[in-house]
Amino acid sequence: MKLNELTAHELLGLLKTKQATPEAIEKDISAAIEKSEKKVKAYVRLIEEKLSEKSTGGKLSGIPIAVKDNICIKDTPTTCASRILEGFRPPYNATVIEKLKGQELPLAGQTNMDEFAFGSSTENSCIGPTHNPWNLDCVPGGSSGGSAAAVAAHEAIWALGSDTGGSIRQPASFCGIVGVKPTYGRVSRYGLIAFASSLDQIGPLTKDVTDAALLLKVIAGHDQKDSTSADIPVPDFTSSLKKDVKNIKIAIPKEYFVSGINPEIKKIILEAIETLKKLGVSFHEVSLPHTEYAVATYYVIATAEASSNLARFDGVQYGLRSQPQALRKTPLIDMFEETREKGFGNEAKRRIMLGTYALSSGYYDAYYLRGQKVRTLIKNDFDKVFEEFDAVLTPTSPTTAFKIGERASDPLSMYLSDVYTISANLAGIPAISLPCGFSKDHLPVGLQIMTKPFDEEMMFRVAYAYEQATDWHKKKVSL
Amino acid sequence: MPSKEEVKYIGHLARIHLNDDEIDLLVKNLEDILLYVEKLQKLNVNDVKPTSHVLPLKNVFREDVVRPSLKQEEVAKFSVAHHNGSFKVPQVIE
Repeated sequence: MKLNELTAHELLGLLKTKQATPEAIEKDISAAIEKSEKKVKAYVRLIEEKLSEKSTGGKLSGIPIAVKDNICIKDTPTTCASRILEGFRPPYNATVIEKLKGQELPLAGQTNMDEFAFGSSTENSCIGPTHNPWNLDCVPGGSSGGSAAAVAAHEAIWALGSDTGGSIRQPASFCGIVGVKPTYGRVSRYGLIAFASSLDQIGPLTKDVTDAALLLKVIAGHDQKDSTSADIPVPDFTSSLKKDVKNIKIAIPKEYFVSGINPEIKKIILEAIETLKKLGVSFHEVSLPHTEYAVATYYVIATAEASSNLARFDGVQYGLRSQPQALRKTPLIDMFEETREKGFGNEAKRRIMLGTYALSSGYYDAYYLRGQKVRTLIKNDFDKVFEEFDAVLTPTSPTTAFKIGERASDPLSMYLSDVYTISANLAGIPAISLPCGFSKDHLPVGLQIMTKPFDEEMMFRVAYAYEQATDWHKKKVSL
Repeated sequence: MPSKEEVKYIGHLARIHLNDDEIDLLVKNLEDILLYVEKLQKLNVNDVKPTSHVLPLKNVFREDVVRPSLKQEEVAKFSVAHHNGSFKVPQVIE
């Protein structure tokens, strides 16, 4: 068995008993990168980091991690897979990077993504697409597709991504691994290059539920540098894994099982429900009546916030600057407009345009304000269900991984691939995707479990119980 | 639905120069997306309060204490054009 194919918690056991060394783990990771990276293209750039010679006692010391290219690493290029951030080297670390360093987690590299996290396939990257390790003709999902593919291809033991509308969970589902979007406010966003500030969260992508619980514990917690991080104690998530799931009540929202779902996926999810029933969980059908409005609400709110957040990329302070040759408006405005024309890809332009439109005079009430009101209705739906139920269970995505290029020219069909994941961001609740089977063409299927705000313990508990009763998480890619 | 002229104007507001092909494509893309988003108009939201973010946070206060921050010269260096710790930009005033 190669060390890079093991989970973090397995490796920690081996390190403790001296059956493995950090050097040996790193060697196997490098070998996997050497062998598979040309096919998968999970990384934007690798990080050459020397292992610290003397451990200062970090609990997770020596387990290499990959980090999405929108999380700032001091003095290291961080570009959101965008031309507009070419040459940008952040002068500070994101809070999550400080936390990883505190545990002496070596950084393996920065992973590919849809530019500024705009997408569901990792095709909108200025360096080209990442390929799904299970089928290289397919997308890995997105926008954290590089992180998901790196873990699935054993080019990293675990990874961080960010999730604004499903960008951790959908690629985790497409790549057959575990992905967690924590409660909004659970993890500091300081140093995460902002897409939609009221929706973004950083979270783990891992090979199993135990690793996700371990990694979330490391990165979670209040941070003075992010006033939207919650001052709420962070429990030891791994201890909640040991509890059984007898008498837990889970809601099945009927709106998630109607039109658009691939019948194969529906069947696999229903089998997962049977597995959990045998463990003592009771299931009840409920309604989340505003589900059909989630995608529309999201694309108004997220693009509006994005258009505002991305206004800072204007060529003045960092990154690309274009020097216009001819005068069109004024020298300064021409510089802004040409820099942004050259620096942003098509999807980034589309979203900035849509968001600017939704916020512009005359349309603000009809789009942005109305979107925020419908967001309240969507959140209320969940609040009501959680009065009676411990968790909500759904598929993570209506389809398995689609072919590269298949949806690239139809933005709306791409947006609809997030239909099951978006509501958790709008409601601010935690959600996990974990492997629950394979389609006939051997592509992974993901199961999503959502719980009430700051109840990640219940989410992990149900996920772990399911995982231990099945062996989907043990299926490995061979490249 | 936004016209060609309107898309051009939004491009101006967003400070993105768009060529004619991009404008034509965006007219079509925005129309498709806005037609889909139209479904939000069906709901009665008169008595609903908007959610701008989900945390039950009120004002977040802290003591006003001076803490170390980045040096001005260091920050200016990230720009392709800088001078004496300032960002250089094209001429603004005649």
